[in-house]
Amino acid sequence: MVSINYYLGLAIILFTIGALGVLIRRNAIIIFMSIELMLNAANLVFVAYARYWHAMSGQIFVFFIMTVAAAEVAIGLALIVAIFRSKASIDVDQINTLKG
Amino acid sequence: MSLQLFLFLVLALVAITSALGMLINRNAIYSALFLVLNFATVAIFFLLLNAPFIAVAQVSVYAGAIMVLFLFVIMLLGAERTGQTQSIPWQRPLAIALAIILLLEAGFILLGQQGVVPFINVELPSGFGSPAQVGTELFTNYLLPFEITSVLLLVAIIGAIVLTKNEKK
Repeated sequence: MVSINYYLGLAIILFTIGALGVLIRRNAIIIFMSIELMLNAANLVFVAYARYWHAMSGQIFVFFIMTVAAAEVAIGLALIVAIFRSKASIDVDQINTLKG
Repeated sequence: MSLQLFLFLVLALVAITSALGMLINRNAIYSALFLVLNFATVAIFFLLLNAPFIAVAQVSVYAGAIMVLFLFVIMLLGAERTGQTQSIPWQRPLAIALAIILLLEAGFILLGQQGVVPFINVELPSGFGSPAQVGTELFTNYLLPFEITSVLLLVAIIGAIVLTKNEKK
């Protein structure tokens, strides 16, 4: 059986890549995908600890995270479509109408 | 090297490479497809960790429903290629430096905790992580949160419809 530290290390790397994606990409859809990647890294940690402590609650939490992520994506993509309609762009640098 | 460790290392390589591919690729459709590959490898990790129900949910909900929604929106908007508009010149190096700091901090904590998580050498109870056990947990100990998520999904459906509705003037 693989040690839990390997799974934690992998989750750390995936989370960092997701955070990097949020910071350097300007396309709103890619930023959304990076957020999904970070949620997925957190899910991996939950399931790894559920396996090592023999606790089902970790897997139940992953189930809830998945439903919240699905709701978040539905709303977020609807927002992106609405922004694209009014500004014809999904570049987050262009969305600065309220800037003083 | 045991078979599980070999499988883990190969899959970890695929997962990290596909995540980086998602990050680097200029075309949003390729990015979405790389992310599907990443979700599929994570689903196999869930299988290795005795979570078959979560693994199937990962494939059907994440790699299936959510990514189809992403691809649909990308193609609907025709926004697969956006021009590179870097209005802040120091943003990229600063972001990479911050990401490296995050990686080092988390790695330092992980190495510092070596041995804190004991290796539990007890056999898993049979049926651990099976759909039956997940369902029993959901409908006994977690009934109220489960019902709240159904309301949350309803709110998301209504919100998405309201946001994308064409307003007739």
